[in-house]
Amino acid sequence: MSEPLLHVEHLRIEFNTRRGTLVAVDDVSFDVMPGEVFGVVGESGAGKSLTGQAIIGLLEPPGRIAAGEIRLDGRRIDNLPYGQMRRLRGRQIGMIFQDPLTSLNPLYTVGRQLVETIQTHTSLNHEEARRRAVKLLQDVGIPAADKRIDHYPHQFSGGMRQRVVIALALCANPRLVIADEPTTALDVSIQAQIIILLKQLCEQYDTAVILITHDMGVIAEISDRVAVMYAGRIVEIGGVREVVKKARHPYARGLMGAIPSLHRRVEKLNQIDGSMPRLTEIPSGCAFHPRCPQAFERCRRERPDLVNVGQSQVACWLYGGSS
Amino acid sequence: MNGAQATQTTGGGDVLLRVRGLKRYFDVSRPLLNRLLEGKPRQILRAVSGIDFDIQRGHTFALVGESGCGKSTVANLVVGLYRPTAGTIEFDGQDLAGLQRRSELAAIRRKMAMIFQDPYASLNPRWRVFNIISEPIRAFGLLKDKQAIIDRTAQLLTQVGLSPEDGQKYPHEFSGGQRQRISIARALASDPRFIVCDEPTSALDVSVQAQILNLMSELQRRLGLSYLFISHDLAVVRHMADRIGVMYLGRLCESAPADTLFENPRHPYTRLLLDTIPDIEMTGRKRVPVAGEIPNPIDPPAGCAFHPRCPRVMDVCRRERPHLRPVADGVMVSCHAVDAPDHSPGTQAAG
Repeated sequence: MSEPLLHVEHLRIEFNTRRGTLVAVDDVSFDVMPGEVFGVVGESGAGKSLTGQAIIGLLEPPGRIAAGEIRLDGRRIDNLPYGQMRRLRGRQIGMIFQDPLTSLNPLYTVGRQLVETIQTHTSLNHEEARRRAVKLLQDVGIPAADKRIDHYPHQFSGGMRQRVVIALALCANPRLVIADEPTTALDVSIQAQIIILLKQLCEQYDTAVILITHDMGVIAEISDRVAVMYAGRIVEIGGVREVVKKARHPYARGLMGAIPSLHRRVEKLNQIDGSMPRLTEIPSGCAFHPRCPQAFERCRRERPDLVNVGQSQVACWLYGGSS
Repeated sequence: MNGAQATQTTGGGDVLLRVRGLKRYFDVSRPLLNRLLEGKPRQILRAVSGIDFDIQRGHTFALVGESGCGKSTVANLVVGLYRPTAGTIEFDGQDLAGLQRRSELAAIRRKMAMIFQDPYASLNPRWRVFNIISEPIRAFGLLKDKQAIIDRTAQLLTQVGLSPEDGQKYPHEFSGGQRQRISIARALASDPRFIVCDEPTSALDVSVQAQILNLMSELQRRLGLSYLFISHDLAVVRHMADRIGVMYLGRLCESAPADTLFENPRHPYTRLLLDTIPDIEMTGRKRVPVAGEIPNPIDPPAGCAFHPRCPRVMDVCRRERPHLRPVADGVMVSCHAVDAPDHSPGTQAAG
């Protein structure tokens, strides 16, 4: 097996507040292989976006990495000084945010933003950088790219803007792109275009993607592997087919059952009662136990770690835990 | 509550809401002086340009479409938050536009309620939940006695899965799903027959969405409610609706019973929508994305508004606008291609 591109180990993110320390992400470990699409799925408050922000070094204070390490190509990146992290960001790791309008500067043409980014990370001169920018816009499927390059962000529609943002993320040909809810702000028919584009480009540019989303459909469609997060921890991680079709953790199973299907109509949707706990009141033991239909005594006392179950890893006492 | 027997009726007999030729235009022109100086004409946004549908008593009719197709405008027109530019809305046999007297209007209004998309914006943060839920009771003067209002509010809270003590709390003390339960309790307060639900679950997480959808189905069965359900999520719509209307740029392009629509979508736009939704059962499928985006409703394409994106576009589509007409049992489609001779025999035979 080849070396992982990104290695995250025992990552813990804390927020120091007046009322004490909140643990938003706790003991999260995973690897991302070169060129793979790795999905991170969970509901709001699961800590999936924070995990992405920690990797790219954009955690907003008072959030901070309290423990664990992040390695890119074997080199530790979670404790880099600001300047070095800045060079790495964009060059090695690109980022795509949810809202394409806030990630583009409305005062500059998209061409200027692309050229500036390309020149920051490469030694190309202005002419070459501009040619590369046009090529990128063509690659992301913007018609008449040589004319559109001189337009301002407001002259593009939502879907087209998200294409420009993808072009920006790919400017320096990074090894890894972190896409945080890249299609959530878009209409369904546009979502599909963007998902397919992302997948194609990553194959073409040989870029790995961490796809962070709450939308299981998007994950199922383009991910190779997926991690399901709940209350700051990974509860299940495995190949996408394995997790979608044969979810093992009661939360992951409940989540799959809660999604209405396009193909079948059921009398009643599978529902998980209650809601995600607040950070101030994460339950003891397994954080999911108050909502879990199969919880037993041990779940209330001890916290389960990920164990191998078939092809996946699951953090649940139902699956052994002989330890 | 005698809603259960009403749901048995089918056909055109028991229509609760009948909408005919409904239009709503918005004037989005620049100010007069700018228009004169810059020589610009008036600009009219045709948010809804002529739609017809019926909602049977005890049934759910869903409107689906992408942003800007006019589905929320229809919701607001039906409950009277907007006045129609043209067309009629008949509720329980009475034309809403014909009602002039306040007392007549109030009698109809209390039979309709609305649930909004954003449970954070639709509840007054300064009011206790008790006051939020009991407001319709007080506004319509349904109960005078204080203790009766308290009892009724407690009953409403229990009905939506909250506890009567929650009435003393403020909205910020609740999660998104619980807030949406409060919205539902408020909607039920005036004992309505009909509820307009405008994207009631799109701000919620999937596990919570399932709770709310289950609650809504259960209330419908128990109280015999009729729903107009607005959503962009086809899977949610399939789960909830008896009949579905697909909207595109202010018009209905297809209207059919829910199962028929999903098994045999006829309009090219419906097919596009069904093909493009990311779906958990479609792991690893290969597919061709459909190009193009929704045109600007201020300046819609001539002929059929969908023709620039349509894979089956013909000459006539660029010139003439198709009209919604029946093509099969209970199925209405507005498309020139659907009854083209080379196509219809095959689908008829298959159907």
